[in-house]
Amino acid sequence: MGAEERANREVKVKVNHLTKKFGDLLVLDDISFDVEKGDLLCVVGPTGCGKTTFLNSLTKIYDVTSGEILLDGHPADPKKDHIAYIFQGNSTMPWLTVEQNVAFGLDIRHTPKKEKQELTDRYLEIVGLTKYRKYYPKQLSASMLQRVSIARAFATEPELLLMDEPYGQLDIELRFKLEDELVRLWQMTGTTVIFITHNIEEAVYLGENIMILTNKPTTVKERLANPLPRPRDIAAPEFVQLREQVTDLIRWW
Amino acid sequence: MKNFWKKYKYLLISCASVAAVLLVWYLLIDVMKLTKNSVFPGVEKTFGTFVAKLAEKKPDGATLGQHLLESLKVCLLGYSIGAVLGIPLGVAMAWNKWCDWLVRPVFDLIRPVPGLAWTPMFILIFGIGVEAKAMVIFVNSFVACIVNTYTGIRQADELHMWVGDVFGASNWQKLTKIAIPTATPMIFTGLRTALGGSWMALVAAEMLAASKGLGFMIQQARYISRPDLVIVGMLMIGVVGLALDMILQKVETMVAKGMNAK
Repeated sequence: MGAEERANREVKVKVNHLTKKFGDLLVLDDISFDVEKGDLLCVVGPTGCGKTTFLNSLTKIYDVTSGEILLDGHPADPKKDHIAYIFQGNSTMPWLTVEQNVAFGLDIRHTPKKEKQELTDRYLEIVGLTKYRKYYPKQLSASMLQRVSIARAFATEPELLLMDEPYGQLDIELRFKLEDELVRLWQMTGTTVIFITHNIEEAVYLGENIMILTNKPTTVKERLANPLPRPRDIAAPEFVQLREQVTDLIRWW
Repeated sequence: MKNFWKKYKYLLISCASVAAVLLVWYLLIDVMKLTKNSVFPGVEKTFGTFVAKLAEKKPDGATLGQHLLESLKVCLLGYSIGAVLGIPLGVAMAWNKWCDWLVRPVFDLIRPVPGLAWTPMFILIFGIGVEAKAMVIFVNSFVACIVNTYTGIRQADELHMWVGDVFGASNWQKLTKIAIPTATPMIFTGLRTALGGSWMALVAAEMLAASKGLGFMIQQARYISRPDLVIVGMLMIGVVGLALDMILQKVETMVAKGMNAK
């Protein structure tokens, strides 16, 4: 994508001077950046650099100390804006069936019954869980649970999807599978995605753009465009080169 | 055959264990005649008394069925009121800090007072009718329901709350769609503790003040030295208490399905 084309794209998320302190501990230090509509932005940084805090501030799970987060030009508000979040751990509700879990966000938003059923069915099918719709989370494996969370997030057709190391606890094979699934869903729906990970390969594989954060107090170190064509080959020389470039950026303080 | 064993293993072992106790009882008293029937009655004698008491009103003025019905009536009345008021109050205390701050000091003061300690006051206020006993049961069940519901609601997972927050859930939605479902197993623990406690407290209350009921029957039998009738009453209390608990357990597995699915 050329610089000109890029300039024409709408800004979806605008973060202005975001600062977050826990008591005296400065975690996020004056972070500013834009995310374009339809972007798949991967955020990487060293472990414990405040990536999760950053995402949680974005959704107002945490109150920010100062600065603002604008969604389409107004302050982000989960009550009005369609945001979805895929958490690191298993966040499915044990008392709901797979199907009810996928419909959870739609229930919260009072989606009409017929539409809710359609969306639930569609995304259950996409993540391959139609057969397990009546199962309870306790009966599923970790990767299936994460697919329930993914279906739950996409079913609400979010304008902005936040993912916090969603595949951190899965083995490599499943991770590859779910990464491809994410790319497919992202291409299909055109939703804006911010994907946090400490896995550099994952970031290079997924991201349209890659943002590298520094250690605490966290600021934006660098932002790179990732022009590699999809589907990407993790063994291709261009891929390896970009991966090493990102690795170096993380290593150099 | 193997499947049959698998399915009914627990039930069969339970029956065998009860049968073993009955057998020992039978051998010691009925066969070896270690004591007289007027001190510790044998199985045969007790069973005879049980059958006779089903129809007979002597010596305490009511049949076994009538005593049982009276006890159940009082117990379930006090118990249900306690549950109906206790669960919502437990929820409110756990969910709203103002409610917690206001109600908790009073509640913590009342909690250590056993239900039975209320009996004299309730008898003074209500007399020895149904009300006094129902009130004792009420206090018991109320306290158990509040404590367990409160703990259950407090166990709601922060991560689940965040899921609700991000989807834009209102406070009410978070309560009804996350906190209460989380608390359901604990609420049932409360209901079962309360029911067991109510049943026990009732019999004790009946021994203090009543004119009908299983506790009253036991007390009367004691005055006229009828240990066989005492044992019939005790067994009845045990069997009915067990049955009530089993019913609640069944309801729980139906309501809180995903929470204990394997």
